[in-house]
Amino acid sequence: MSQLLLDVNDLTMRFGGLVAVNGVSLKVKDKQIVSVIGPNGAGKTTVFNCLSGFYIPTEGSVMLRSEQIAGLKDFQISRRGLVRTFQHVRLFSKMTVIENMLVAQHRHLNTNLLSGLFKTPNYRRREGEAMDRAAHWLEEVGLLEFANREAGNLSYGQQRRLEIARCMVTQPELLMLDEPAAGLNPNETKELDELIIKLRDVHDISILLIEHDMGLVMGISDHIYVIAQGTPLANGLPDEIKNNPDVIKAYLGEE
Amino acid sequence: MTHSKLYSAIFAAGITFVLACLMIGIKLDTDGTQLAIKGATTAQWFWILGGIAVVFFSQLFSRQIDGMFSHLPKPQLGKLIPAQAKSDAMKPWLIAGAIVILLVWPFMVSRGSVDLATLTLIYIMLGLGLNIVVGLAGLLDLGFVAFYAVGAYTYALLSLYFGFSFWICLPLSAALAALFGFILGFPVLRLRGDYLAIVTLGFGEIIRILLNNWTDVTGGPSGISGIAKPTLFGLEFTRKVKTEGATTFHSFFDISYSSSYKVIFLYMIAVLLVLFLIYLINRLIRMPIGRAWEALREDEIACRSLGLNRTAIKLSAFTIGASTAGFAGCFFAARQGFISPESFIFIESAIILAIVVLGGMGSQVGVILAAIIMTILPELAREFSEYRMLLFGLLMVVMMRWRPEGLLPMKRPQLELNKQ
Ligand SMILES: Nc1ncnc2c1ncn2[C@@H]1O[C@H](COP(=O)(O)OP(=O)(O)O)[C@@H](O)[C@H]1O
Ligand SMILES: [Mg+2]
Repeated sequence: MSQLLLDVNDLTMRFGGLVAVNGVSLKVKDKQIVSVIGPNGAGKTTVFNCLSGFYIPTEGSVMLRSEQIAGLKDFQISRRGLVRTFQHVRLFSKMTVIENMLVAQHRHLNTNLLSGLFKTPNYRRREGEAMDRAAHWLEEVGLLEFANREAGNLSYGQQRRLEIARCMVTQPELLMLDEPAAGLNPNETKELDELIIKLRDVHDISILLIEHDMGLVMGISDHIYVIAQGTPLANGLPDEIKNNPDVIKAYLGEE
Repeated sequence: MTHSKLYSAIFAAGITFVLACLMIGIKLDTDGTQLAIKGATTAQWFWILGGIAVVFFSQLFSRQIDGMFSHLPKPQLGKLIPAQAKSDAMKPWLIAGAIVILLVWPFMVSRGSVDLATLTLIYIMLGLGLNIVVGLAGLLDLGFVAFYAVGAYTYALLSLYFGFSFWICLPLSAALAALFGFILGFPVLRLRGDYLAIVTLGFGEIIRILLNNWTDVTGGPSGISGIAKPTLFGLEFTRKVKTEGATTFHSFFDISYSSSYKVIFLYMIAVLLVLFLIYLINRLIRMPIGRAWEALREDEIACRSLGLNRTAIKLSAFTIGASTAGFAGCFFAARQGFISPESFIFIESAIILAIVVLGGMGSQVGVILAAIIMTILPELAREFSEYRMLLFGLLMVVMMRWRPEGLLPMKRPQLELNKQ
């Protein structure tokens, strides 16, 4: 049996009187793609913000490998192997693609000032290793030839892929993608689909996905959670979700 | 549209009127033992009305004036710098040439010019230091002069009480200023940007007031005088030896005494320190920490999601910047031979900040250029010294309208992947 990686119980997030997330529970196992779907404003991004430490959840527990991470700082959580992307692309657009990849590895580098000033062997070695890792992941997402371009000059689809590569180079266990297919054309969506499956099957990580593209979600998910207005509505295998009358109503009711 | 223009023009003129009335129109004066309120003279009122008219019309026609500015040719300073490949080849020669000129030049000009150049070099050091904080890390520090003061007083006090030499105090001053930067930055850098500006502003004043009132140690407002000058491997630049057993420079080389040796020597030290700082900062921006500063300035949220500890990264910039100011302060105390809290008022912080902004945030060449302009222009315009602040303000306004990105905007060295 595969191990439990992330275990979220009764997560609740209130903003003043507004309950954005209300008692959401979810589980992610090793090497699983788990999706969170729901109408706009359902609270999906807020769940991500709680898990990644950008918000401190009002109630509930977030266990990563049976350790409580709710309440930790954002950078502490990402150092434990839970890394996310954002609904809107957030790259360092004036820096080159390779520099974006190096910033992500900041904590794997030798950041001692003196070693940097004197370019000690250890400093050079770590810098070289980081370069290799960066090149490897750029290759994986098909961006190696653009390594020396400014990130802001990439096409939208390439920027999306760079974001994923930048997360992967931090060597995470769980990658959380917030609407990665939004704004992509069908071709790019297909590439993304393949990339996500490769991450699970070849690189052995788990993925928590927020996505509106139902074709993508139904095709690749191992498990799906549906939330509406902050409250869990249903969860199950893609086929179960597809035929769940409550889910159909929630979506049709909105559209 | 024109309506709102008219309103804003009337509003601006009104504000000018109120301020002018308060500041120029009414004057408190002592009349024997009593305070008397004096009005402005007719000539002064005439000037005030003229000023209000200027404000009114410049607001009313601001669009046309802006248009004029955009027609003015922008100085193509960037164009003067040749293309990347060419400049890379020329770089060592340019640097060597600049260093030779810097070293030979003082022997051909007057003592006063060399002295002024030394002062300029101090401002370059300060500008380079604040540039790390404001330009590279994007943290607004309005009390930078506090660290300058810490450096200066560190040397002055250590030299006065313990007889420490300049060369020992130089790293000590930098370290102590860094410590102050660390202690101040640690709690404050968690706050949002505008709070940082306010707290540093306050800190600058606290340090000055402390120096002013801690009379037993710092001498209070009368300052510390007779601070020892730097020596060249133990050689003194005075006419007669000051410390027992030391030798003077002129007797060692068996030449006649001249006070300009000392001035040139101080200048040389300043050149050395500036070159050292430029080298240091150039290394820093190519190191992981420099990349992290840039990344943090571009997108703080993305940095946090990637496991970067933003407080630690900002703190490093703040501390390194502070240590640079301490460095400059130590040299300043040695050059002046006398320091008092007067040298570390808020205006100094403002001038250093102006140097950074004028130069083009983050750009080292720009900062150097701006430091030269900001120290040499007031000297050239000595006759207008009363209008110094006015000219200063005018220069800032014109710059912000004409070239808001600064004289030489930063062009960051980008790291490239060498494909095997
Ligand atoms: N920082 C915040 N302060 C107040 N309300 C918020 C905040 N963040 C999110 N919300 C609210 O929470 C609800 C869920 O938003 P979000 O999680 O972005 O939805 P989704 O990603 O599912 O479209 C929305 O009503 C939004 O207005
Ligand atoms: Mg969202």
